[in-house]
Amino acid sequence: MSTDHHKESFLTKYIFSTDHKIIGLQYGITSLVWLLFGFMLMMIMRYQLAYPESPIPFVGALLGESGILPSEMYNSLGAMHGTIMIFLGVVPLAFGAFGNYFLPLQIGTIDMAFPKLNAASYWIYFLGSVVMVIGFFVPGGAANSGWTSYPPLADIATMGQTVWLFGMVFLITSSLLGSVNILVTVIQLRAEGMTWMKLPIFTWTQFITAFLLLLAFPPLEAAGILQLMDRLVGTSFFMPSGLVVSGEILKYTGGGSPLLWQHLFWFLAHPEVYVLILPAFGIVTEIVANNTRKPIWGYKSMVYAMVFLGFMSFIVWAHHMYLTGMGTSIGAFFQTTTMIISIPSVVILTTLFLSLWGGSIRFNTPMLFALGFIPMFGIGGLTGLPLGLAAADIHLHDTYYVIGHFHYVVAPGTIFALFAGIYYWFPKMTGKRTNETLGKLHFFFSFIFMNGVFMPMFVQGLAGVSRRLWDGGEIYAHAADVLYLNEVMSVSAWLLGLAQIFFIANMIISLRGKKTGEVNPWGATTIEWTDTTSPPLGHGNFEIVPNVYRGPYEYNVPGADKDFTPQSEKG
Amino acid sequence: MDIPYTVKDRPDTGLYNGKLGVWLFLASEVMLFGGLFSAYIFLRTGVDTWPRGADILDVPLATLNTLFLITSSVTMVMSWASLKLKDLAKFKLYAGLTLLLACAFLVVKYFEYTHKFHVGLFPSTNTFLGIYFTMTGLHVLHIIGGIIVIFYFWMPGSKMWESDPERFTNRIEIVGLYWHFVDLVWIFLFPVLYLL
Repeated sequence: MSTDHHKESFLTKYIFSTDHKIIGLQYGITSLVWLLFGFMLMMIMRYQLAYPESPIPFVGALLGESGILPSEMYNSLGAMHGTIMIFLGVVPLAFGAFGNYFLPLQIGTIDMAFPKLNAASYWIYFLGSVVMVIGFFVPGGAANSGWTSYPPLADIATMGQTVWLFGMVFLITSSLLGSVNILVTVIQLRAEGMTWMKLPIFTWTQFITAFLLLLAFPPLEAAGILQLMDRLVGTSFFMPSGLVVSGEILKYTGGGSPLLWQHLFWFLAHPEVYVLILPAFGIVTEIVANNTRKPIWGYKSMVYAMVFLGFMSFIVWAHHMYLTGMGTSIGAFFQTTTMIISIPSVVILTTLFLSLWGGSIRFNTPMLFALGFIPMFGIGGLTGLPLGLAAADIHLHDTYYVIGHFHYVVAPGTIFALFAGIYYWFPKMTGKRTNETLGKLHFFFSFIFMNGVFMPMFVQGLAGVSRRLWDGGEIYAHAADVLYLNEVMSVSAWLLGLAQIFFIANMIISLRGKKTGEVNPWGATTIEWTDTTSPPLGHGNFEIVPNVYRGPYEYNVPGADKDFTPQSEKG
Repeated sequence: MDIPYTVKDRPDTGLYNGKLGVWLFLASEVMLFGGLFSAYIFLRTGVDTWPRGADILDVPLATLNTLFLITSSVTMVMSWASLKLKDLAKFKLYAGLTLLLACAFLVVKYFEYTHKFHVGLFPSTNTFLGIYFTMTGLHVLHIIGGIIVIFYFWMPGSKMWESDPERFTNRIEIVGLYWHFVDLVWIFLFPVLYLL
């Protein structure tokens, strides 16, 4: 990188850029498109659930002559909804987009440690997402064994599963490059004076997330390689002896173990839960501190809780597997670790709650989303406790209760935090402000309909309605009393989709608006808002890379002349 | 403005960026092979009978391969040390030897594989052969990756020695770290698959 401002072509500036901000935007836009796409898949499925076996409006023509969603296709859409939302949507947005754009700014560096690897990381992610979608066009449709791809079903599934596995290899490679980059950037490139205990919480969360991605994804890659061997070469790592399908013994030598996949898969997928939630904690913390105009209550306990959370997340995975018959002593171990891991989560949420106490809160759009996040994540977290205990989990396993639980964590949890982050940092990225009215409409409608979608799932789940049912439980007597909720959830989901129009309209209108010229519109303390050229930023980020003298959340310091004291201010 | 610590060490961490990066990458690789070794243990403890590696596999050839790889690790270090002593010719010699030994490893592996196929032993024959081919196959991919990178620095990439010798030396150190890791994986694979 050089300081002279030579003219760059569109291609090098916006497409094959190595600037962390452009790559962050590339990640952001791509992942938002995938989030919308993944949500649309679910809106199609919800029609079938609300009105079983009736032709689907608008998209029905794509599904065949009758316009009814076939059950095989329902399985495909379900598997791809999960895959797309997690691996193509939320993680790239939370980690790829926010991490790339704001982490180097928050620690005061001119770019990531490895800009070319950074660009490679995005383009491999992009290829991976294309491969995932190619799955829809192969014989038999996209992967249809659930996003968890449990064998032996996944071993004998249609070709889409192979495509899924190749897609995952791309995504794992991309996340490996991204996480190494973030880790090296934080360890090596912190500005003068930016010591570990002066790091903003957002940077801390990205740092811990990067460790989780670095160490948890490879075992899934190992599992993926084994499953590819099973599917393509005919090994039987996951195939038990004498498996009978449709009355015929399969031509596998057998001797493998389906349980092995579950262990390897959940060894990734439990840390993955914290990959989804930690960046959300970080974003919400920044916004809460900024809009209560007071320091975060318990910065250090928050940091230690997050480090502990990251560590513990590696030894709780088998709480997804109580029903596999893995033995009571192993069950006891994982129940204990699961109860222990709830402690740091509670610490983090409590610090956020207590940070609100006594603040003169500014209720702007980012703050509303952040405030929405706190109780919604609370519901998601608390409903997880019964699932962590085998006695309750045996009843609730694979019911809609589980779906409700993890969607509360990820949808009104993480996705609200991501919206909050977009509204909060929009002035930094563009130099413009978003429209507050549209933002608030977006929040309130989203908040109502999110709960309309996910709250009834607890009711259905407690009644024993299983997940992954094509007809929404119509043929089961025990589901009869709660069947009407399917329509409630579906209508809420479609209205939730409509509510996102406020967001899209807001983005378009705000981008066309005038620049405000404000460098620090929120009166924030972290250094991405200070000592910079007026946004949007060019190459190099800072005119002079600032030195850091104080902690990240010095709001309303007694005796100061204004209600915020930036980290780069001496004294 | 340039990105700091690409060549020089950061004082408080004592590392330059690339070195830290490759250590983290290797941590990830440990988890990848760790996952496969765990799978091996899981599969083996789950069945009643498990063949003895030595009965199926060729221990003398694997021993020869172990020697090749250990020697290649030594020559890899020597090539880096030569650069530290500012001797490009010696570097070329040792890096060339490393490449030669790595290729020798692949040739031996090729004969091992084709012999297995010839006598009708395939990955699908049983789980032991499945995990043998998967793990050694993945290891071979790592060897090939290493060969490509070392070859690049041996021939076209060595031009950097003229323009930025310190950075070039660092690059060889990083490749070396990777190469030692690949060597180490084999040192675990050899007893686990062939001897136990």
